[in-house]
Amino acid sequence: MTALAALIRRDIRIALRVGGGALIGVLFFLTVTVLMPFAIGPDLALLTRLGPAILWLGALLASLLTLDRLFTADHEDGSLDLIVMGRAPLELACAAKALAHWLAAGLPLIAATPVLGLMLNLDATATSAVALTLLVGTPALTFTGMIGAALAVTLHRGGLLLAVLVLPLSIPVLIFGVAASQAAITGPLSFGTPFSILCAISLVSFVIGPFAAAASLRHGLD
Amino acid sequence: MTLIDLANPTKFLSLTARVLPWLAGATAILLLVGFYQAAMAPDDYQHGAVVKIMFIHVPNAWLSMFVWSVMSLAALGTLVWRHPLADVAAKAAAPIGAAFTFLALVTGSLWGRPMWGTYWQWDARLTSVLILFLMYLGLMALWRAVDDPSRAARAAAVLTLVGALNLPIIKFSVDWWNTLHQPASVLRMGGPTLDRAFLIPLLVMALGFSLLFVTLHLAAMRNEILRRRVRSLQMMQASQQAA
Repeated sequence: MTALAALIRRDIRIALRVGGGALIGVLFFLTVTVLMPFAIGPDLALLTRLGPAILWLGALLASLLTLDRLFTADHEDGSLDLIVMGRAPLELACAAKALAHWLAAGLPLIAATPVLGLMLNLDATATSAVALTLLVGTPALTFTGMIGAALAVTLHRGGLLLAVLVLPLSIPVLIFGVAASQAAITGPLSFGTPFSILCAISLVSFVIGPFAAAASLRHGLD
Repeated sequence: MTLIDLANPTKFLSLTARVLPWLAGATAILLLVGFYQAAMAPDDYQHGAVVKIMFIHVPNAWLSMFVWSVMSLAALGTLVWRHPLADVAAKAAAPIGAAFTFLALVTGSLWGRPMWGTYWQWDARLTSVLILFLMYLGLMALWRAVDDPSRAARAAAVLTLVGALNLPIIKFSVDWWNTLHQPASVLRMGGPTLDRAFLIPLLVMALGFSLLFVTLHLAAMRNEILRRRVRSLQMMQASQQAA
Protein backbone atom coordinates (compact mmCIF):
# COMPACT_ATOMS: atom_id res chain seq x y z
CA MET A 1 0.00 0.00 0.00
CA THR A 2 2.85 2.36 0.90
CA ALA A 3 4.41 1.64 -2.50
CA LEU A 4 1.23 2.78 -4.26
CA ALA A 5 0.95 5.88 -2.07
CA ALA A 6 4.57 6.69 -2.84
CA LEU A 7 3.87 6.21 -6.55
CA ILE A 8 0.91 8.60 -6.39
CA ARG A 9 2.94 11.20 -4.43
CA ARG A 10 5.85 10.92 -6.85
CA ASP A 11 3.67 11.25 -9.97
CA ILE A 12 1.85 14.31 -8.63
CA ARG A 13 5.14 15.92 -7.63
CA ILE A 14 6.68 15.29 -11.07
CA ALA A 15 3.56 16.55 -12.84
CA LEU A 16 3.46 19.81 -10.90
CA ARG A 17 7.16 20.68 -11.08
CA VAL A 18 9.05 22.21 -13.97
CA GLY A 19 8.82 20.02 -17.07
CA GLY A 20 5.79 18.13 -15.75
CA GLY A 21 3.27 19.86 -17.91
CA ALA A 22 0.09 19.01 -15.98
CA LEU A 23 -0.96 22.64 -15.87
CA ILE A 24 -0.54 23.04 -19.63
CA GLY A 25 -3.84 21.16 -19.88
CA VAL A 26 -5.63 23.98 -18.05
CA LEU A 27 -4.03 26.53 -20.35
CA PHE A 28 -5.17 24.49 -23.35
CA PHE A 29 -8.69 24.26 -21.89
CA LEU A 30 -8.75 28.05 -21.49
CA THR A 31 -7.47 28.61 -25.04
CA VAL A 32 -9.99 26.25 -26.64
CA THR A 33 -12.84 27.91 -24.75
CA VAL A 34 -11.62 31.34 -25.81
CA LEU A 35 -11.42 30.20 -29.44
CA MET A 36 -15.07 29.12 -29.49
CA PRO A 37 -16.64 32.62 -29.43
CA PHE A 38 -14.40 33.57 -32.36
CA ALA A 39 -15.79 30.66 -34.36
CA ILE A 40 -19.42 30.93 -33.24
CA GLY A 41 -19.68 34.69 -32.78
CA PRO A 42 -20.04 36.70 -29.59
CA ASP A 43 -23.79 36.01 -29.30
CA LEU A 44 -24.25 35.54 -25.54
CA ALA A 45 -27.60 33.72 -25.81
CA LEU A 46 -26.08 31.19 -28.21
CA LEU A 47 -23.00 30.79 -26.01
CA THR A 48 -25.23 30.11 -23.00
CA ARG A 49 -26.97 27.36 -24.93
CA LEU A 50 -23.74 25.81 -26.21
CA GLY A 51 -21.75 26.49 -23.03
CA PRO A 52 -21.91 23.03 -21.40
CA ALA A 53 -21.02 21.36 -24.71
CA ILE A 54 -18.07 23.72 -25.26
CA LEU A 55 -16.76 23.16 -21.74
CA TRP A 56 -17.11 19.40 -22.05
CA LEU A 57 -15.35 19.29 -25.42
CA GLY A 58 -12.57 21.50 -24.09
CA ALA A 59 -12.08 19.33 -21.03
CA LEU A 60 -12.13 16.17 -23.17
CA LEU A 61 -9.45 17.50 -25.51
CA ALA A 62 -7.37 18.91 -22.65
CA SER A 63 -7.35 15.61 -20.77
CA LEU A 64 -6.47 13.79 -23.98
CA LEU A 65 -3.56 16.15 -24.59
CA THR A 66 -1.90 15.43 -21.24
CA LEU A 67 -2.52 11.66 -21.41
CA ASP A 68 0.32 11.29 -23.87
CA ARG A 69 2.80 11.73 -21.01
CA LEU A 70 1.17 9.24 -18.62
CA PHE A 71 3.59 6.40 -19.40
CA THR A 72 6.08 7.92 -21.89
CA ALA A 73 8.16 9.84 -19.36
CA ASP A 74 8.45 6.76 -17.14
CA HIS A 75 9.32 4.64 -20.14
CA GLU A 76 12.06 7.03 -21.22
CA ASP A 77 13.84 7.09 -17.85
CA GLY A 78 13.33 3.38 -17.21
CA SER A 79 11.11 3.62 -14.14
CA LEU A 80 8.22 2.00 -16.03
CA ASP A 81 10.22 -1.24 -16.20
CA LEU A 82 10.69 -1.09 -12.42
CA ILE A 83 6.96 -0.55 -11.92
CA VAL A 84 6.18 -3.52 -14.18
CA MET A 85 8.66 -5.74 -12.29
CA GLY A 86 7.70 -4.42 -8.86
CA ARG A 87 5.88 -6.39 -6.19
CA ALA A 88 2.70 -4.29 -6.33
CA PRO A 89 0.19 -5.69 -8.87
CA LEU A 90 0.58 -3.89 -12.17
CA GLU A 91 -3.19 -3.26 -12.36
CA LEU A 92 -3.09 -1.39 -9.04
CA ALA A 93 0.03 0.50 -10.08
CA CYS A 94 -1.73 1.58 -13.29
CA ALA A 95 -4.78 2.68 -11.29
CA ALA A 96 -2.50 4.64 -8.95
CA LYS A 97 -0.79 6.35 -11.87
CA ALA A 98 -4.15 7.24 -13.42
CA LEU A 99 -5.40 8.59 -10.09
CA ALA A 100 -2.27 10.72 -9.71
CA HIS A 101 -2.65 11.95 -13.26
CA TRP A 102 -6.28 12.89 -12.64
CA LEU A 103 -5.40 14.71 -9.40
CA ALA A 104 -2.66 16.68 -11.14
CA ALA A 105 -4.25 17.31 -14.54
CA GLY A 106 -8.00 16.68 -14.13
CA LEU A 107 -8.81 18.58 -10.94
CA PRO A 108 -7.35 21.88 -12.23
CA LEU A 109 -9.72 21.64 -15.21
CA ILE A 110 -12.69 21.45 -12.84
CA ALA A 111 -11.28 24.31 -10.78
CA ALA A 112 -11.08 26.42 -13.95
CA THR A 113 -14.66 25.62 -15.00
CA PRO A 114 -16.42 28.38 -12.96
CA VAL A 115 -14.26 31.09 -14.52
CA LEU A 116 -14.79 29.76 -18.04
CA GLY A 117 -18.51 29.34 -17.33
CA LEU A 118 -18.64 33.01 -16.43
CA MET A 119 -17.08 33.89 -19.79
CA LEU A 120 -19.64 31.73 -21.61
CA ASN A 121 -22.49 33.49 -19.79
CA LEU A 122 -23.56 30.44 -17.76
CA ASP A 123 -25.44 31.14 -14.53
CA ALA A 124 -24.54 29.63 -11.16
CA THR A 125 -26.72 26.49 -11.50
CA ALA A 126 -25.43 25.77 -14.99
CA THR A 127 -21.80 26.24 -13.97
CA SER A 128 -22.14 24.06 -10.92
CA ALA A 129 -23.92 21.37 -12.98
CA VAL A 130 -21.09 21.37 -15.54
CA ALA A 131 -18.45 21.33 -12.80
CA LEU A 132 -20.20 18.46 -11.02
CA THR A 133 -20.53 16.38 -14.21
CA LEU A 134 -16.89 17.09 -15.05
CA LEU A 135 -15.88 16.01 -11.54
CA VAL A 136 -17.61 12.67 -12.08
CA GLY A 137 -16.83 12.29 -15.79
CA THR A 138 -13.17 13.26 -16.18
CA PRO A 139 -11.90 10.26 -14.15
CA ALA A 140 -13.61 8.06 -16.74
CA LEU A 141 -11.77 9.97 -19.49
CA THR A 142 -8.44 9.46 -17.71
CA PHE A 143 -9.03 5.77 -17.01
CA THR A 144 -10.15 4.88 -20.55
CA GLY A 145 -7.50 7.15 -22.04
CA MET A 146 -4.90 5.27 -20.01
CA ILE A 147 -5.53 2.22 -22.23
CA GLY A 148 -4.58 4.27 -25.26
CA ALA A 149 -1.55 5.69 -23.46
CA ALA A 150 -0.38 2.19 -22.56
CA LEU A 151 -0.81 1.02 -26.16
CA ALA A 152 1.02 4.07 -27.44
CA VAL A 153 4.00 3.62 -25.13
CA THR A 154 4.44 -0.05 -26.04
CA LEU A 155 4.38 0.87 -29.72
CA HIS A 156 6.63 3.92 -29.35
CA ARG A 157 3.93 5.96 -31.07
CA GLY A 158 1.95 8.69 -29.42
CA GLY A 159 0.09 11.76 -30.49
CA LEU A 160 -2.44 11.29 -33.23
CA LEU A 161 -2.68 7.51 -32.94
CA LEU A 162 -3.58 7.89 -29.26
CA ALA A 163 -6.32 10.39 -30.14
CA VAL A 164 -7.76 8.19 -32.89
CA LEU A 165 -7.90 5.19 -30.55
CA VAL A 166 -9.22 6.94 -27.45
CA LEU A 167 -11.75 9.44 -28.75
CA PRO A 168 -14.37 6.90 -29.95
CA LEU A 169 -14.23 5.22 -26.53
CA SER A 170 -15.01 8.50 -24.79
CA ILE A 171 -18.30 9.07 -26.62
CA PRO A 172 -20.59 7.70 -23.87
CA VAL A 173 -18.94 9.95 -21.27
CA LEU A 174 -19.44 12.95 -23.52
CA ILE A 175 -23.09 12.09 -24.25
CA PHE A 176 -24.10 11.63 -20.63
CA GLY A 177 -21.93 14.45 -19.32
CA VAL A 178 -23.50 16.99 -21.66
CA ALA A 179 -26.97 15.45 -21.23
CA ALA A 180 -26.78 15.78 -17.45
CA SER A 181 -25.58 19.38 -17.64
CA GLN A 182 -28.28 20.30 -20.16
CA ALA A 183 -30.91 18.57 -18.03
CA ALA A 184 -29.90 20.67 -15.03
CA ILE A 185 -30.15 23.89 -17.06
CA THR A 186 -33.14 23.56 -19.38
CA GLY A 187 -34.15 19.98 -20.01
CA PRO A 188 -37.48 18.36 -19.39
CA LEU A 189 -35.53 15.33 -18.23
CA SER A 190 -34.34 15.04 -14.66
CA PHE A 191 -30.69 15.57 -13.78
CA GLY A 192 -30.48 12.32 -11.84
CA THR A 193 -30.86 9.79 -14.67
CA PRO A 194 -27.99 10.82 -16.96
CA PHE A 195 -25.89 11.74 -13.94
CA SER A 196 -26.16 8.30 -12.38
CA ILE A 197 -25.39 6.68 -15.75
CA LEU A 198 -22.31 8.92 -15.93
CA CYS A 199 -21.29 7.69 -12.46
CA ALA A 200 -21.82 4.11 -13.64
CA ILE A 201 -19.60 4.66 -16.70
CA SER A 202 -16.87 6.07 -14.46
CA LEU A 203 -17.08 3.08 -12.13
CA VAL A 204 -16.90 0.66 -15.08
CA SER A 205 -13.87 2.48 -16.46
CA PHE A 206 -12.11 2.16 -13.06
CA VAL A 207 -12.24 -1.59 -13.60
CA ILE A 208 -11.65 -1.91 -17.35
CA GLY A 209 -8.96 0.78 -17.64
CA PRO A 210 -6.29 -0.56 -15.25
CA PHE A 211 -6.74 -4.16 -16.40
CA ALA A 212 -6.52 -3.33 -20.11
CA ALA A 213 -3.59 -0.95 -19.59
CA ALA A 214 -1.74 -3.52 -17.46
CA ALA A 215 -2.38 -6.24 -20.04
CA SER A 216 -1.09 -4.00 -22.79
CA LEU A 217 2.05 -3.06 -20.80
CA ARG A 218 2.74 -6.66 -19.84
CA HIS A 219 2.40 -7.93 -23.40
CA GLY A 220 3.98 -4.98 -25.11
CA LEU A 221 7.13 -4.16 -23.16
CA ASP A 222 10.02 -6.48 -23.60
CA MET B 1 -8.52 -32.02 -36.68
CA THR B 2 -8.60 -29.57 -33.78
CA LEU B 3 -7.84 -25.90 -33.50
CA ILE B 4 -4.30 -26.63 -32.33
CA ASP B 5 -3.53 -28.59 -35.52
CA LEU B 6 -4.27 -25.45 -37.48
CA ALA B 7 -1.49 -23.68 -35.58
CA ASN B 8 0.86 -25.07 -38.19
CA PRO B 9 0.59 -22.53 -41.04
CA THR B 10 1.49 -25.14 -43.67
CA LYS B 11 -1.37 -27.39 -42.55
CA PHE B 12 -3.67 -24.38 -42.50
CA LEU B 13 -2.63 -23.41 -46.02
CA SER B 14 -3.17 -26.88 -47.44
CA LEU B 15 -6.54 -27.26 -45.69
CA THR B 16 -7.84 -23.89 -46.85
CA ALA B 17 -6.55 -24.53 -50.39
CA ARG B 18 -8.91 -27.52 -50.50
CA VAL B 19 -11.84 -25.80 -48.76
CA LEU B 20 -11.73 -22.38 -50.43
CA PRO B 21 -13.03 -23.30 -53.94
CA TRP B 22 -16.07 -25.04 -52.40
CA LEU B 23 -16.72 -22.07 -50.11
CA ALA B 24 -16.41 -19.63 -53.00
CA GLY B 25 -18.80 -21.74 -55.10
CA ALA B 26 -21.37 -21.99 -52.29
CA THR B 27 -21.11 -18.24 -51.72
CA ALA B 28 -21.67 -17.50 -55.41
CA ILE B 29 -24.70 -19.81 -55.62
CA LEU B 30 -26.28 -18.47 -52.42
CA LEU B 31 -25.74 -14.86 -53.44
CA LEU B 32 -27.14 -15.51 -56.93
CA VAL B 33 -30.23 -17.21 -55.48
CA GLY B 34 -30.52 -14.42 -52.93
CA PHE B 35 -30.28 -11.68 -55.56
CA TYR B 36 -32.87 -13.46 -57.72
CA GLN B 37 -35.28 -13.88 -54.80
CA ALA B 38 -34.69 -10.29 -53.74
CA ALA B 39 -35.44 -9.06 -57.26
CA MET B 40 -38.63 -11.18 -57.33
CA ALA B 41 -39.79 -10.07 -53.88
CA PRO B 42 -42.92 -7.91 -53.91
CA ASP B 43 -42.70 -4.16 -53.38
CA ASP B 44 -43.48 -2.90 -49.92
CA TYR B 45 -46.78 -1.03 -49.56
CA GLN B 46 -44.96 1.84 -47.90
CA HIS B 47 -41.40 1.77 -49.22
CA GLY B 48 -42.15 0.66 -52.80
CA ALA B 49 -39.25 -0.84 -54.74
CA VAL B 50 -36.75 0.89 -52.46
CA VAL B 51 -37.28 -1.87 -49.91
CA LYS B 52 -34.91 -4.05 -51.99
CA ILE B 53 -31.99 -2.11 -50.52
CA MET B 54 -32.82 -3.97 -47.32
CA PHE B 55 -31.53 -7.25 -48.78
CA ILE B 56 -28.06 -5.74 -49.05
CA HIS B 57 -28.21 -3.35 -46.12
CA VAL B 58 -29.29 -5.71 -43.35
CA PRO B 59 -26.72 -8.50 -44.04
CA ASN B 60 -23.95 -5.92 -44.18
CA ALA B 61 -25.08 -4.37 -40.91
CA TRP B 62 -25.20 -7.80 -39.25
CA LEU B 63 -21.75 -8.65 -40.53
CA SER B 64 -20.30 -5.33 -39.38
CA MET B 65 -20.94 -6.46 -35.80
CA PHE B 66 -20.25 -10.14 -36.44
CA VAL B 67 -16.75 -9.40 -37.75
CA TRP B 68 -15.90 -7.51 -34.56
CA SER B 69 -16.95 -10.56 -32.52
CA VAL B 70 -14.76 -12.76 -34.72
CA MET B 71 -11.87 -10.35 -34.09
CA SER B 72 -12.57 -10.43 -30.34
CA LEU B 73 -12.37 -14.23 -30.34
CA ALA B 74 -9.12 -13.97 -32.30
CA ALA B 75 -7.87 -11.39 -29.78
CA LEU B 76 -8.57 -13.84 -26.94
CA GLY B 77 -6.66 -16.41 -28.98
CA THR B 78 -3.72 -14.02 -29.22
CA LEU B 79 -3.61 -12.96 -25.57
CA VAL B 80 -4.70 -16.11 -23.76
CA TRP B 81 -3.62 -19.06 -25.89
CA ARG B 82 -0.92 -17.36 -28.00
CA HIS B 83 -2.35 -19.20 -30.99
CA PRO B 84 -0.03 -18.38 -33.92
CA LEU B 85 -2.86 -17.95 -36.40
CA ALA B 86 -5.05 -15.82 -34.12
CA ASP B 87 -3.27 -12.58 -34.88
CA VAL B 88 -3.30 -13.41 -38.59
CA ALA B 89 -7.07 -13.93 -38.31
CA ALA B 90 -7.55 -10.66 -36.42
CA LYS B 91 -5.44 -8.69 -38.87
CA ALA B 92 -7.15 -10.14 -41.93
CA ALA B 93 -10.65 -9.52 -40.52
CA ALA B 94 -10.26 -5.80 -39.80
CA PRO B 95 -10.34 -4.40 -43.38
CA ILE B 96 -13.16 -6.80 -44.34
CA GLY B 97 -15.18 -5.68 -41.34
CA ALA B 98 -14.52 -2.05 -42.20
CA ALA B 99 -15.72 -2.70 -45.77
CA PHE B 100 -18.96 -4.33 -44.56
CA THR B 101 -19.55 -1.46 -42.15
CA PHE B 102 -18.91 1.06 -44.91
CA LEU B 103 -21.38 -0.75 -47.22
CA ALA B 104 -23.98 -0.80 -44.45
CA LEU B 105 -23.54 2.94 -44.00
CA VAL B 106 -23.70 3.70 -47.73
CA THR B 107 -26.74 1.52 -48.46
CA GLY B 108 -28.46 2.86 -45.37
CA SER B 109 -27.75 6.38 -46.54
CA LEU B 110 -29.16 5.61 -50.02
CA TRP B 111 -32.23 4.08 -48.38
CA GLY B 112 -32.64 7.06 -46.08
CA ARG B 113 -32.73 9.59 -48.90
CA PRO B 114 -36.14 8.56 -50.38
CA MET B 115 -37.61 7.43 -47.04
CA TRP B 116 -36.48 10.02 -44.52
CA GLY B 117 -35.69 12.75 -47.08
CA THR B 118 -32.05 12.98 -46.04
CA TYR B 119 -28.83 11.08 -46.67
CA TRP B 120 -27.62 11.45 -43.14
CA GLN B 121 -29.40 11.83 -39.88
CA TRP B 122 -27.77 11.94 -36.45
CA ASP B 123 -29.83 8.99 -35.43
CA ALA B 124 -28.78 6.42 -32.86
CA ARG B 125 -28.28 3.42 -35.14
CA LEU B 126 -26.49 5.40 -37.83
CA THR B 127 -24.24 7.10 -35.33
CA SER B 128 -23.30 3.93 -33.50
CA VAL B 129 -22.47 2.19 -36.81
CA LEU B 130 -20.41 5.22 -37.81
CA ILE B 131 -18.50 4.94 -34.53
CA LEU B 132 -17.98 1.24 -35.21
CA PHE B 133 -16.55 2.23 -38.61
CA LEU B 134 -14.21 4.74 -36.94
CA MET B 135 -13.05 2.07 -34.51
CA TYR B 136 -12.31 -0.31 -37.40
CA LEU B 137 -10.24 2.43 -39.02
CA GLY B 138 -8.44 3.13 -35.73
CA LEU B 139 -7.65 -0.56 -35.38
CA MET B 140 -6.29 -0.67 -38.93
CA ALA B 141 -4.20 2.41 -38.17
CA LEU B 142 -2.83 0.61 -35.11
CA TRP B 143 -1.90 -2.43 -37.23
CA ARG B 144 -0.12 -0.19 -39.69
CA ALA B 145 1.68 1.87 -37.05
CA VAL B 146 4.05 -0.93 -35.97
CA ASP B 147 6.38 -2.91 -38.20
CA ASP B 148 6.77 -5.90 -35.85
CA PRO B 149 3.63 -8.03 -36.47
CA SER B 150 3.57 -9.88 -33.13
CA ARG B 151 3.91 -6.66 -31.13
CA ALA B 152 1.18 -5.02 -33.20
CA ALA B 153 -0.99 -8.12 -32.72
CA ARG B 154 -0.91 -7.89 -28.92
CA ALA B 155 -1.66 -4.16 -28.92
CA ALA B 156 -4.49 -4.63 -31.41
CA ALA B 157 -5.86 -7.52 -29.33
CA VAL B 158 -6.13 -5.32 -26.24
CA LEU B 159 -7.87 -2.61 -28.24
CA THR B 160 -10.24 -5.12 -29.86
CA LEU B 161 -11.30 -6.51 -26.49
CA VAL B 162 -11.76 -3.04 -24.98
CA GLY B 163 -13.79 -2.16 -28.06
CA ALA B 164 -15.91 -5.29 -27.64
CA LEU B 165 -16.68 -4.25 -24.06
CA ASN B 166 -17.29 -0.66 -25.05
CA LEU B 167 -19.37 -1.11 -28.19
CA PRO B 168 -22.54 -2.15 -26.30
CA ILE B 169 -22.09 0.82 -23.95
CA ILE B 170 -21.64 3.17 -26.91
CA LYS B 171 -24.64 1.62 -28.63
CA PHE B 172 -26.94 2.04 -25.64
CA SER B 173 -25.71 5.54 -24.88
CA VAL B 174 -26.31 6.60 -28.47
CA ASP B 175 -29.73 4.88 -28.48
CA TRP B 176 -30.68 6.87 -25.45
CA TRP B 177 -29.33 10.04 -27.05
CA ASN B 178 -31.50 10.19 -30.17
CA THR B 179 -33.34 7.65 -32.28
CA LEU B 180 -35.27 7.45 -35.55
CA HIS B 181 -34.23 4.08 -36.96
CA GLN B 182 -36.79 1.30 -36.73
CA PRO B 183 -36.36 -1.22 -33.91
CA ALA B 184 -35.15 -4.75 -34.58
CA SER B 185 -37.71 -6.75 -36.55
CA VAL B 186 -36.08 -10.14 -37.19
CA LEU B 187 -34.24 -11.19 -34.05
CA ARG B 188 -36.73 -10.16 -31.41
CA MET B 189 -38.83 -11.66 -28.63
CA GLY B 190 -42.01 -13.26 -30.00
CA GLY B 191 -40.65 -14.06 -33.48
CA PRO B 192 -39.99 -11.93 -36.54
CA THR B 193 -42.46 -9.22 -37.55
CA LEU B 194 -41.18 -9.30 -41.12
CA ASP B 195 -43.44 -10.90 -43.76
CA ARG B 196 -42.38 -14.31 -45.10
CA ALA B 197 -42.00 -12.90 -48.64
CA PHE B 198 -39.23 -10.64 -47.38
CA LEU B 199 -37.86 -12.83 -44.61
CA ILE B 200 -36.76 -15.80 -46.75
CA PRO B 201 -34.73 -13.80 -49.33
CA LEU B 202 -33.26 -11.80 -46.45
CA LEU B 203 -32.11 -14.93 -44.64
CA VAL B 204 -30.67 -16.36 -47.88
CA MET B 205 -28.79 -13.11 -48.47
CA ALA B 206 -27.57 -13.04 -44.87
CA LEU B 207 -26.25 -16.56 -45.18
CA GLY B 208 -24.67 -15.71 -48.55
CA PHE B 209 -22.93 -12.64 -47.18
CA SER B 210 -21.72 -14.57 -44.10
CA LEU B 211 -20.20 -17.20 -46.39
CA LEU B 212 -18.70 -14.38 -48.42
CA PHE B 213 -17.06 -13.13 -45.25
CA VAL B 214 -15.70 -16.58 -44.39
CA THR B 215 -14.34 -16.97 -47.93
CA LEU B 216 -12.73 -13.53 -48.00
CA HIS B 217 -11.39 -13.98 -44.48
CA LEU B 218 -9.72 -17.31 -45.23
CA ALA B 219 -8.27 -15.92 -48.47
CA ALA B 220 -6.99 -12.83 -46.64
CA MET B 221 -5.46 -15.04 -43.93
CA ARG B 222 -3.67 -17.06 -46.62
CA ASN B 223 -2.37 -13.85 -48.15
CA GLU B 224 -1.20 -12.62 -44.76
CA ILE B 225 0.67 -15.86 -44.02
CA LEU B 226 2.34 -15.77 -47.44
CA ARG B 227 3.14 -12.08 -46.97
CA ARG B 228 4.85 -12.86 -43.67
CA ARG B 229 6.84 -15.65 -45.28
CA VAL B 230 7.97 -13.30 -48.03
CA ARG B 231 8.89 -10.75 -45.39
CA SER B 232 10.99 -13.16 -43.34
CA LEU B 233 12.68 -14.47 -46.51
CA GLN B 234 13.54 -10.91 -47.49
CA MET B 235 14.90 -10.23 -43.99
CA MET B 236 17.02 -13.38 -44.20
CA GLN B 237 18.33 -12.36 -47.60
CA ALA B 238 19.12 -8.86 -46.38
CA SER B 239 21.02 -10.13 -43.34
CA GLN B 240 22.95 -12.63 -45.50
CA GLN B 241 23.97 -9.87 -47.86
CA ALA B 242 24.98 -7.67 -44.97
CA ALA B 243 27.14 -10.43 -43.47
